[in-house]
Amino acid sequence: MVDIPEHLLQRSAEARAKALGISIEQAIAEMKGQSDPTVISKEPEVKIIDETPPPAAETPAKPADAPPPPAKTITPLKEEHSTETTEKVAEVKIEEKIPAAETPAPAAETPAPAAETPAPAAPEEVDFAPEVKVTQRLLTVVKAKPIQKPVKEPIDKVNTWPHLMLPEFVALMAMTAFLIFLSAILQAPLLEEANPNVTPNPAKAPWYFLGLQEMLSYWDPQIAGVMIPTVVGLILWMAFPYIDRNPETHPSKRKFAIMFYTFFLAGAGTLTIIGVLFRGPGWNWVYPWIDGIWFDDLLDWIHFE
Amino acid sequence: MTLRERFQETRAKASDGFKGGKLMSSIFRPGSPFRKGYVDSPRNRSYVVMNNVLYHLHPVKVKRHGVRLSYTLCLGGLSFFLFIVLTITGIWLMFYFRPTELAYVDIQNLQTTIAFGSLVRNMHRWGAHLMVLVVFLHMSRVFYHGAYKAPREFNWVIGVILLLLTLLLSFTGYLLPWDQLAIWAVTVGGNMAGYVPVVGAQVKFGLFAGLEATTATLLRFYVLHVLFFPFIIVIFMAVHFWRVRKDGGISGPL
Repeated sequence: MVDIPEHLLQRSAEARAKALGISIEQAIAEMKGQSDPTVISKEPEVKIIDETPPPAAETPAKPADAPPPPAKTITPLKEEHSTETTEKVAEVKIEEKIPAAETPAPAAETPAPAAETPAPAAPEEVDFAPEVKVTQRLLTVVKAKPIQKPVKEPIDKVNTWPHLMLPEFVALMAMTAFLIFLSAILQAPLLEEANPNVTPNPAKAPWYFLGLQEMLSYWDPQIAGVMIPTVVGLILWMAFPYIDRNPETHPSKRKFAIMFYTFFLAGAGTLTIIGVLFRGPGWNWVYPWIDGIWFDDLLDWIHFE
Repeated sequence: MTLRERFQETRAKASDGFKGGKLMSSIFRPGSPFRKGYVDSPRNRSYVVMNNVLYHLHPVKVKRHGVRLSYTLCLGGLSFFLFIVLTITGIWLMFYFRPTELAYVDIQNLQTTIAFGSLVRNMHRWGAHLMVLVVFLHMSRVFYHGAYKAPREFNWVIGVILLLLTLLLSFTGYLLPWDQLAIWAVTVGGNMAGYVPVVGAQVKFGLFAGLEATTATLLRFYVLHVLFFPFIIVIFMAVHFWRVRKDGGISGPL
């Protein structure tokens, strides 16, 4: 015999004991094949119980034949499992099998298993009982229900194709057209060849760094050039979702965050515009409409042909 | 039957024969409008997205409010698109550019003697500026919609890294024309890096490949610009897009 793990044996024995109304020790003993008599005396009963109800339900004629015994013996088990569809299926299957397997057999009407005591009331079924060799047994019935109930509410969705792809394609085409148009009318700057010995005045960084360069003119480079960009610009910026724990997304419920970002935008924008347009030679203040623009990237925006 | 009808019928028959042929069926997966018998059905609408390697960046269905142009202004998609445009024009420019003392001459030749050279260079430069702008606007849009909130916190972090990489790509590209504008803008930027506490001098030396901007710097920035940063940014973009999907698509309506 195959070794069955102890805990499984225990669980199975408990179920068996419950089903048959015997003690657990006895069930274990039976399962280990140590005490046969109990098994034999009990099992035909269970077998009969399994078989009888379907005929009772299917054909109205049969219950008339032997109504009292099934009612007596079956009711406890029957009620217990009556709601389980799986059980019913199993019953039906057994029921179908038995005639096929048994019909040749019933000739052996003799009460071969001598312990066949309680059955005689229903002769037909008792005849079958000894022949049924129980090889498997129902341990438990798990209802076919989902483990989790989906509580997510359905979201109003549309097909990506065409409802998203089309606007995207249009945006893409518009951007391409805009870029080609821009490139056709605006010449990218190209000054004299690089010469490390001639420093232009003023020397300006790309526009997106001009806010920083402007700050450099106010504060020590350690602060304006390093501390602010790395601490504020990177670390604080990346950590922002972890600092702002307010779960609300509507602007009216996160006024501080909106205000914070808007101030940042305004500050960065102002500094950048000052750096681009209002700083001339020696990083002195100039007015672009009086002194001209001191930012080469922008020169052609004014003088394009 | 008029001539026009006969022509239409013949064309439809030829089109069906071609679309239903082995060639087209082998190229285009089921549900493609380029296969025979495409009809506008929910099933085919799903197939169009699922069975195309490019389209399936998208889910089959998206939230209705996310489709509204005013919600995202397509800024994320346009950032990606500009990156693609810059990749294409950049590869084209690489054919005509040497990151040496000849860099300036190469740019001059590009502008004067090579067909569409000037246009492509302009597209690359203005496209780069636009990309910085669009990425920044994309970030602002995300912020104002509170789209960085749970479960999207980490995608915001990736987004900030992508912004940083965009700036680095733009900055390294700024030096390549090797004119006065380029070298002095990079000198200013590189000097800022020199103010980093403790290791400032080393960072600056590493950036310039020396004490000041020279052709060695040019080569260094070139490799960073055409290979290193694109490589890094593509990895981060992949994670970014993947997280957009995994975090449940576009953020909810306000």
